Amino acid sequence: MSGPTSSALPRRSELLNYRPRLADRIGEPGLRALSALAGVLAVALILWIAETVFNDAGPAITKYGLGFIGRQVWNPDANGGVGSFGALDFIYGTLVSSLIAMVIATPLAVAIALYLTELAPRVVRRPVAILVELLAAIPSVILGLWGILVLGPFLGNRLEPFLHRILGWIPLFGGIPSPYGMLTAALVLTIMALPIITAVAREVFASTPAELKEGAWALGATRWEMVRMVVLPAGRAGVVGAVILGLGRALGEAIAVTQVIGNTPQIQASLFAPAGTLAAQIASEYQSANPGLGQASLIFLAAILLVISLLVNVIARLYVRRVSVR
Amino acid sequence: MELDPIASRGESQRDLARAPADAADGAGPRRGCSVTVEQLRAYYGEQQVLKGIDITFPANEVTAIIGPSGCGKSTLVRCINRMHEEVPGARAEGRVLLDTEDVYAPKVDVTAVRRAIGMVFQRPNPFPTMSIFDNVAAGLKLAGIRGERMRQRVHEALRAVGLWEEVKDRLGASGAGLSGGQQQRLCIARTIAVEPEVVLMDEPCSALDPIATLRIEELIDELKARYTIVIVTHNMQQAARVANSTAFMLDGELIEHAPTNDIFTTPRDERTERYVTGKFG
Amino acid sequence: MQGAAPAHRNPLAPAPGARRRRLINRAMEGVATVAAALAVAVLLLVVISVLIKGLPAINLDFLTKNPAPFGQRGGGIANSIVGSAILIGLASAMSVPVAVLIAIFTSEFAGRRTAGAIRFALDILNGVPTIVTGVFVFGLIVYGARQSGWAGGIALAVIELPIVARSAQEVLELVPRSLREAGLALGLRRWRVVLRIVLPTAAGGLITGAVLGVARVAGETAPLLFTSSIFSNFGLTTNPAQAMPNIPVTIFGLSESPSPSDHAAAWAAALVLIAFVLLLSIVARSFHERSRSRLRG
Repeated sequence: MSGPTSSALPRRSELLNYRPRLADRIGEPGLRALSALAGVLAVALILWIAETVFNDAGPAITKYGLGFIGRQVWNPDANGGVGSFGALDFIYGTLVSSLIAMVIATPLAVAIALYLTELAPRVVRRPVAILVELLAAIPSVILGLWGILVLGPFLGNRLEPFLHRILGWIPLFGGIPSPYGMLTAALVLTIMALPIITAVAREVFASTPAELKEGAWALGATRWEMVRMVVLPAGRAGVVGAVILGLGRALGEAIAVTQVIGNTPQIQASLFAPAGTLAAQIASEYQSANPGLGQASLIFLAAILLVISLLVNVIARLYVRRVSVR
Repeated sequence: MELDPIASRGESQRDLARAPADAADGAGPRRGCSVTVEQLRAYYGEQQVLKGIDITFPANEVTAIIGPSGCGKSTLVRCINRMHEEVPGARAEGRVLLDTEDVYAPKVDVTAVRRAIGMVFQRPNPFPTMSIFDNVAAGLKLAGIRGERMRQRVHEALRAVGLWEEVKDRLGASGAGLSGGQQQRLCIARTIAVEPEVVLMDEPCSALDPIATLRIEELIDELKARYTIVIVTHNMQQAARVANSTAFMLDGELIEHAPTNDIFTTPRDERTERYVTGKFG
Repeated sequence: MQGAAPAHRNPLAPAPGARRRRLINRAMEGVATVAAALAVAVLLLVVISVLIKGLPAINLDFLTKNPAPFGQRGGGIANSIVGSAILIGLASAMSVPVAVLIAIFTSEFAGRRTAGAIRFALDILNGVPTIVTGVFVFGLIVYGARQSGWAGGIALAVIELPIVARSAQEVLELVPRSLREAGLALGLRRWRVVLRIVLPTAAGGLITGAVLGVARVAGETAPLLFTSSIFSNFGLTTNPAQAMPNIPVTIFGLSESPSPSDHAAAWAAALVLIAFVLLLSIVARSFHERSRSRLRG
């Protein structure tokens, strides 16, 4: 009754008195179950990650509770080696470095997205789009290496002294120029977030309804006026979603930041000063955290980072979803 | 009605600095321009869709263009205000004279062409993020007309299309909140606010219900006193109602152009006759 | 039509302000061009830096020898290359089948809402910072025990999973409904339809997704810090029970060192990594375009 094993197509005789073959009896429910299991895994993984991280941060959570967020101290040697820890310096550093990156990256990304969808000569669009996407493919450790050996020295020896000379009266530029600090990290984050914001913004602008653009053309608008009247207003919500996605990327970046930010737990007004972020601090102490409170505090940082980035990502996804459905 | 406006103007070109819009201040009827198309050929890439059109649209008259789908009537009007070239790979050759100025002349600024030749589209397309007022004012702002003068023109335009009573209390509301017919009248207001010479209409009523259609047809009849109107339509009864003359196109060629009555009762070309009777019969 | 006829006017005369508008238009096009040029310039800057500084140190020895013992010159990153290959292999072996299964579930068996929930979960998983993933696997396996290639592989697998899965979902959804219905109409049970018709049709796109996943995890350092970073750096390690040397962590370590010769080695290793990643990305993308257009017919 069984057909040739190389073909799954049943023969006529089989169709007429069909009895489920053994393989089918196992295969069908088997594939369903296996794939369902995989689906469950996808959802479970996040919960598993959250549970494990919070669990391992236990000692620090018990000791400090939510107040950990407001404590501005990170001293592994205090209290006779037990250490005294708090997350404030790093939360500040995370937020500020990411914010600066967004402020610089967003207008650039919007301009590039407009270039790629409306303003560039058609021949040029694809190659430039590919190049911008390749920027996203550069591993962060290589960007960090470039930051340590090329960007940092340039900033510390050229740009920052220049800014200090001209704008040093503003606290932001008031500190001592240093190759590794908040500014260098923010610029590196800008480079990492830019391709993401650009990619999403491109899609948003490309989906501007043609009839609206034609309405603007017909009124005698120049290309830029058409963009200003139609493309940008229509794409405003989508660009916000793009920026939030880029923010999520910047918040979680550990390696490139830890290489160039100086990893100093402190809050300073000057952009030149070394600082620390949640992700960078975790990366910088991976070898040396003393088991016990030190390690638990480090993992507590990871827990806070996880919560922040989950929040931002969920908000971003929901927003993008809402905008694209409309 | 004159069919050869070029002969009626004896003077040479002058007064280049004078903005054309100034000519219409005041309540007097305003003379529109005629449009003369000479040997117009249009292409999408390698494919030729207009095969050498010669036609004159007389000033202050309504000319309808009819023909089966794909005959090139939309392409023809899009070539008049140079919208055709916005499609990637599309190009046009020939001359389109606005009175005596060729819109395809090398030094001509495309945005000036489109200010002088307005267009109303098949589906109403008010700008959704702008208010009713801002929609009508959009073209005026582009032309640098602001302040009190802009406000006056917006109000005039809304009155001219018969929308004023309906929207005067909610000029700040979004344009998207209106009915289809109201939106289309809004788009017409937007188009005439800049006082063009010619208004092109590409099947303006095909997305509207019969009552809205009727209102717009009445509007067209009023507007022709001030503008030259070219209307593409697939509805021959509509052509009969609004158009002084009608042109029939087929396969990228102009087959016949004659006073509307003649086209429908005594067409000279048998292809015209076949089309006309086929639609009616 | 009366003779309040104004003096003859040119209807195409430029309106006042037309020149200014043209200039603004030009300026804006310029601004956008500068922005794009800036992005391309940064890309080129980075890639060219790596190329110029890394190329001199690249030679056959560098690629085939293990690091020299302390203080001695010469040697290479052979053990890191091998270790990375093993880690990526482990990660892909674990994540790709699971990712394809997830995609099969959402496109063939799951209801619309379940599929949506899983897609959402995958997107969220994609957004988990990779350092947190490293801490997760650390807590799971390494804590109380030791680092290992398995731990590193699992961490990379967790990162690779959502990338390959989302890509696979897209590809499977592109397979025309009619193909599935043809199979079902012939009497094939659903599982056979999936395995024999849908998967083979989507194979090109699935491979592309896997390649993109590999390109992404090949450069990941953060997850390996806690799972496979403390390794004996002098011999070849092929046993996954031990921490495996790998290129990203090696670059990381070399970059933090004060010694210029270490920096030179870092650039060279970076060149190897970036060449690998960029090549994979380009290949995957061009494959992506071709297989998509073939699927759409």
